[in-house]
Amino acid sequence: MLRRKRNLIPFVFLILLFLATMTATWWLPVSPSFMDSSLRLMAPSAEYWFGTDHFGRDIFGQTIIAARVSLLVGFTVAALSTIMGTITGLIAGYYKKLDSIIMRIIDGMLAFPSLLLALALVAALGGSVTNIIIALTFSFWPVMTRVVRSSVLQVKNIQYVEAAKTSGIKDPVILSRYILPNVMSPIIVQGTFIFARSILAEAALSFLGVGVEPSIPTWGNMLQEAQIYITTAPWFSIFSGIFIVVTVLALNILGDGLRDAFDPYAKGKKKVKKQMFKQRKQYAS
Amino acid sequence: MLEVKNLKAHIDTPDGVVKAVDGVSFIIKPGETVGIVGESGSGKSVLAHSIMQLNPKPPTFYPQGEILFEGRNLLQLQEKELRKIRGNDIAMIFQDPMSSLNPVFKVGEQLMEAILTHHHMPKSKAKQRAIELLKDVGIPDPEKRMNAYPHQFSGGMRQRVLIAIALACNPKILIADEPTTALDVTIQAQILELMKNIQEKYGMAIIIISHDLGVIAQMAEKVLVMYSGRIVEKGNVEDIFFHTSMPYTWSLLRSLPRIDSESRERLLNIEGQPPNLIHPPSGCNFHPRCPFATEQCKLIDPELTKRSSNHFVACLLSEVEFKEAKRLMENVEQEGDLKHV
Repeated sequence: MLRRKRNLIPFVFLILLFLATMTATWWLPVSPSFMDSSLRLMAPSAEYWFGTDHFGRDIFGQTIIAARVSLLVGFTVAALSTIMGTITGLIAGYYKKLDSIIMRIIDGMLAFPSLLLALALVAALGGSVTNIIIALTFSFWPVMTRVVRSSVLQVKNIQYVEAAKTSGIKDPVILSRYILPNVMSPIIVQGTFIFARSILAEAALSFLGVGVEPSIPTWGNMLQEAQIYITTAPWFSIFSGIFIVVTVLALNILGDGLRDAFDPYAKGKKKVKKQMFKQRKQYAS
Repeated sequence: MLEVKNLKAHIDTPDGVVKAVDGVSFIIKPGETVGIVGESGSGKSVLAHSIMQLNPKPPTFYPQGEILFEGRNLLQLQEKELRKIRGNDIAMIFQDPMSSLNPVFKVGEQLMEAILTHHHMPKSKAKQRAIELLKDVGIPDPEKRMNAYPHQFSGGMRQRVLIAIALACNPKILIADEPTTALDVTIQAQILELMKNIQEKYGMAIIIISHDLGVIAQMAEKVLVMYSGRIVEKGNVEDIFFHTSMPYTWSLLRSLPRIDSESRERLLNIEGQPPNLIHPPSGCNFHPRCPFATEQCKLIDPELTKRSSNHFVACLLSEVEFKEAKRLMENVEQEGDLKHV
């Protein structure tokens, strides 16, 4: 999948972002939390690439550090909702009796707009990284359940599942070895999209002031602080905004690439084309 | 060994209850080959799935009857006990070999899984057994082919692998649900030949389900002819093919081209559609399509009655009447053909 340039660029970007934010404290020239009121709201310069904020802090350092929370929230939410959604989706898709019970609960959760549900949960639990992860997991997990369930419904009617039953194989084995591996691709693709969407959701929650505590730099918090300076110091809001856009875009492209890589038809076409090209060459020579 | 007694398998649908299997009885003895024929929708597959207890319940339910396997009624067994029987005592192979293997695992792994599900043995021993099985079903270079994925096999080879999986636990009964329908003719012959050899070697009983009378004639010793969920004629192969006594079986035979036929008989199709199984016709289920139907056939539902020692027929016409009717019809047809020429 990574052989294609379209997928390689976002992948490299995400890896670099991850490494940069994890090692930021070692290589940043100025500590991102260092305040200097004489340097308030300075435009981007050679020293301060992205300018400074209303406390005179380096925006470049802040933006890089802020990626920690975003990536942490995005990854954890994607992982948790994938695991939970896969389990409930497999059960709902395979056992007809449990299907209606599980899916009615899931439908009820899906009826709330996911951001609103997260907003309500965070409001009830209080804003912290852990609570945001819990809230977002609860709002994205139903989506995953639906995706997994619909794939299971397709796969469980294929004859090899019936054949496995006729040879007396137990249900847990059928689920884990016959059904799960054959529904893996939509799960991974959906997981990537949930990663992207929860980064956006976290930024939105922080922007609305119900996210992570304001003392922790996140892209959403930065946007919220920059709101009132948008006309006087546009660089304050622009750079965190750009980072959100680019990260989410990178994840979405990666998700698309994964989907193509898992699609046997798309892959086959390329191979067939290559073979045809080879043959034509042979005939010509 | 396996006795099906007056089995009814009905399916609940929004339009009404479909009587897919409606009072079927037969006995299978060890080592015997029984063929079940009938057109699409006659209940063959539902019957086979009932024996395996694989019909989804609901919507399928069994209002009446028993399926006795070695004295135990399969309809009343717990899922756990059924699992011990499936694969171990009764195995099944399916119509479409292309979709009957799990695409993500190697053929060898799937074969070993089938063995290890019912027998506890070290993996190395299971592997040996798997290689042996592949050799038995005629797969060349079995050690190497163990590590191949299903998509690297052709249809015929996959059906061989499926037969090997079915044989894994040395079952007493092998149910083959249209085993050759998805294969081309030369491969069909090979697979049938293989099944015969396997039966000689392993000595199990085979239930072969097909709409292809050629397959049945080649394989089966006993034949059940099914129509609209019922058995309309049963007997030895010779009875069915040479002493046909039921108009439906006769029509089925007449719809096949015959290479040894002297007169250039026309192929006949059976007019009309298979009956609606929610509201079956009055009297004999076949009467709307039967060329010999009389007024009585619309009123009386014929029971399966004994014609000779092993031959049972469900038809109001006696053997003599049926022969006479056949002769008359053939004369009329020949005249018609002559006029046509």
